[in-house]
Amino acid sequence: MTTVTGAPVQRAKRASQTIPDSGADTHGPALEPLLFELARPGRSGRHVRAEKTGDVPEKFARKTPLRLPELTEPQVVRHYTHLAQLNYSVDAGMYPLGSCTMKYNPKINDRAAALFADLHPRQSYRTTQGVLALAYELEQLLLKVTGMDFVTLQPQAGAQSEFTALLMFKAYHQKRGDAATRRRIIVPDSAHGTNPASAAMCGYEVTTVKSDARGNVDLEALKSALGPDVAGFMLTNPNTIGLFEERVREVCDAVHAVGALVYGDGANMNALLGIARPGDLGFDCVHINVHKTFSTPHGAGGPGAGPLCVKAHLRPFLPKPWIVKEADGSYHYDTAREDREPERLGDSIGKIGKTLGNFGVLARAYTYMKTLGEEGLVETGRDAVLAANYLLALLRGKYDVAYDRPCMHEFVLTAARQKKQGSSALDISKALLDEGFHSPTVYFPLIVPEALMIEPTETEPKETLDAFAAAMIRIAERIEKDPAAVHEAPTKTPLRRLDEVGAARKPVLRYRPA
Amino acid sequence: MADNPYSPHTDADRAAMLDRIGVRSVDDLLTAIPKDARVKQLGVGPGMSEQEVQAHLEKLAAMNKTAGSGPFFIGGAIQRRYIPAAVPVLALRGEFLTAYTPYQPEVSQGTLQAVFEYQSLMAELLAMDVVNSSMYDGSSATAEAALMAVRLSSGRKKVVLATEVDFTYRRTVRTYARGAELDIVEVPTADLAGNADGAACLVVQHPDAFGSLVDVRPIADAAHAAGALLVQVTEPHACALLEPPGALGADIAVGEGQPLGIPMSYGGPHLGIFACREALVRQMPGRIAGQTVDANGTRGFVNTLQTREQHIRREKATSNICTNEALSAIHAAIYLSLLGPEGVRAAARAGVARAHSLAKRLAAIPGCRIANDGTFFDRFTLATEMGGWDLRLALLERGIQVEASASHYVDGKRRGRDDVMIQCTELTTEADADALVDAVAEITGSRQTVAAR
Repeated sequence: MTTVTGAPVQRAKRASQTIPDSGADTHGPALEPLLFELARPGRSGRHVRAEKTGDVPEKFARKTPLRLPELTEPQVVRHYTHLAQLNYSVDAGMYPLGSCTMKYNPKINDRAAALFADLHPRQSYRTTQGVLALAYELEQLLLKVTGMDFVTLQPQAGAQSEFTALLMFKAYHQKRGDAATRRRIIVPDSAHGTNPASAAMCGYEVTTVKSDARGNVDLEALKSALGPDVAGFMLTNPNTIGLFEERVREVCDAVHAVGALVYGDGANMNALLGIARPGDLGFDCVHINVHKTFSTPHGAGGPGAGPLCVKAHLRPFLPKPWIVKEADGSYHYDTAREDREPERLGDSIGKIGKTLGNFGVLARAYTYMKTLGEEGLVETGRDAVLAANYLLALLRGKYDVAYDRPCMHEFVLTAARQKKQGSSALDISKALLDEGFHSPTVYFPLIVPEALMIEPTETEPKETLDAFAAAMIRIAERIEKDPAAVHEAPTKTPLRRLDEVGAARKPVLRYRPA
Repeated sequence: MADNPYSPHTDADRAAMLDRIGVRSVDDLLTAIPKDARVKQLGVGPGMSEQEVQAHLEKLAAMNKTAGSGPFFIGGAIQRRYIPAAVPVLALRGEFLTAYTPYQPEVSQGTLQAVFEYQSLMAELLAMDVVNSSMYDGSSATAEAALMAVRLSSGRKKVVLATEVDFTYRRTVRTYARGAELDIVEVPTADLAGNADGAACLVVQHPDAFGSLVDVRPIADAAHAAGALLVQVTEPHACALLEPPGALGADIAVGEGQPLGIPMSYGGPHLGIFACREALVRQMPGRIAGQTVDANGTRGFVNTLQTREQHIRREKATSNICTNEALSAIHAAIYLSLLGPEGVRAAARAGVARAHSLAKRLAAIPGCRIANDGTFFDRFTLATEMGGWDLRLALLERGIQVEASASHYVDGKRRGRDDVMIQCTELTTEADADALVDAVAEITGSRQTVAAR
């Protein structure tokens, strides 16, 4: 198969490759050859004018062959159309990937962002007043939603925002003179992997504290881990089990009591929209994944954007530059790019990327917030909680619930019962693909064995939730009768289970032209 | 009646759902939240219809002066280039746009194959062994390259950056370096080779931030002789005409992929290019798509070498990156496949040709000269008798947008240049060039006239 070079062969093979027990329709999307296999020397489009001049000095000129594929535009369009057809997406169906908030992505957001496409980040503030006005107003909206005092829009994803915040923690402790002794960051055992990874990038040692029987941070364990050598604590609330931290204020107080700071991982902020604000709960800062909470598309893995909202005591350390609004309603930056002087950083940690980060993503989030307004945003959090609890109620009988109390926007099942019967969370996730749904997040959080983390979001109608629950129940019942029935799943997808071990053992990371 | 226009629930749905849960209201589900912390009002104002939102955003957009609205010469890592119509049509299809990281490869082959192809195309362009599936942007890619070099150096903490590396990149490297407490040294490109001792890596940019071509090989040799790695910051179009990083001795190559069919969007989302030699791949940050087979032996693609990543390795991961810029990588792949080798070369040559012709005309104006050290690629610095800031503002008054090189300050140390920077691409027209030449002649001429008086 890997030596196949022509489209017709491979597509034909797929057509005759109907999986025996699936009844899979042979009209479904067929696999697609690689660009390189479709190319023929001499084919090309005419997207830019040929240029006779523009030679570079011989000493610097490229002698290495440039073996890019040569294709016509119709071929390229069909190729990517075929590839697109091999993907599952929110536009096509329910995508209950826990902790990722795969809500509907409104199309007006994309059109709004396109209005700001033809602007360079190094243009003068004089020519980008609309950008600055939008960004400034977005900052105000984010502060109102989070209950914080100041914000930076620079981080381009949640993980970069975590890193930014921990650098700010370090700068804060440096300013107070005890950074040298504060070498540890504490994270709960339910934390996303990005939390400890960000802490390590900041040069911190990571201490993990366990969760208690109700799915909260174990307060006693936390207190015994705290000390004068701790720089901060990272907390996701609601946590990755989808539960609100019942003693969140005591947790924050305990951290503050030793002079450390509390980082709010806003991955699950959708649950709190209009219900509670991290700034009122004791957090020193919180990041927002606008690609989760504020409906910007996840883009097959990214882009996202991760604005970081902070309390006033962290403001001096925010990345530069900052937007300033003048009394006359005009905007500019506080640093030197326009002042003819060296940029002044003061206590700021510096720059974490371009001036306003992923502005095109932020413009989408702004559009969403303006569309929803007060009532819409308040309803969002409540509907997300409603949907998750409803789905949980439908599934409770057939699956075991990791921590069975009212959840927030998501919940975690354990397939421990099914595991005993002879199937796993992985089997269930693959069987769901055959049922026409994307799978939940599996095997996370790490503290729940055979975890299935399900986040329906507020944009799925009741009938879709019912259909998803029916599919989950069908799978559970199949496993009860014959656990082997799902071992081969999926069978209706373009490909069967893929050999990930083999892929890592003998990595093939690119096509190599002959 | 829903207040959120994207909420599907009718009153009857809500009642039925609450009934099934066994509570009377959503509030009954929120008892874990401290009562006094419950939000009473956010104060964000009322919602709008789609039509109103569109009008509001158009009003904001009208307050900007877009790059295409007049002669435009701002560039550097982020460039105004022609984007073929098919790029957004394909890349912004809902199946790519609204999917996420391919955690379930059986229903994500579109993303995985597109990313694998991006890696293959970019590896060809850079002549590097391995390319990851994307970083956030060129600046974070450069910072991650420095961190990777430090990890590979067994104990060295010195990173030597050329002062001719893009200003934002240097600033970002310094910010990232605060975490691992690295020793960042900045020296002119010409002094890089002499500062290799004890360094984890040397970071050179070619073409540099001011457009000058750099002889990378001797710098790479000096790095390797000292046991350091060579990190090259580069630009994708330049790689089509210039000997690419892989042929110049680069161990890690990074850069900004935005010029490959991705809109400028005031800074993002863009594309961090990250490439390395095969031997270093286990220390590479970010996701990587790899080829494998399914249970039937059919070729397919998965995210691979995941034991480097945060979701598996947590604090021992090579980076904290999770969400990346996969959609931008898909844009770049579509762009490269549409243009092909000839098209990419043509676009690159157009920028070079126009920059050199424009430079010649500008240099002929009394009091003006091109301030690059040696040969430049598709941008250059123009020195006049007036400061770069003043010239920039005077040009802006005439509707012409350029960047002042003095913005490339680092920590108050001026690079000794107070010029303007002129970037050309295939979108630079003869009329743009005429406008710039006339305006510079007029501005500098009237100054000279004033001075003569």
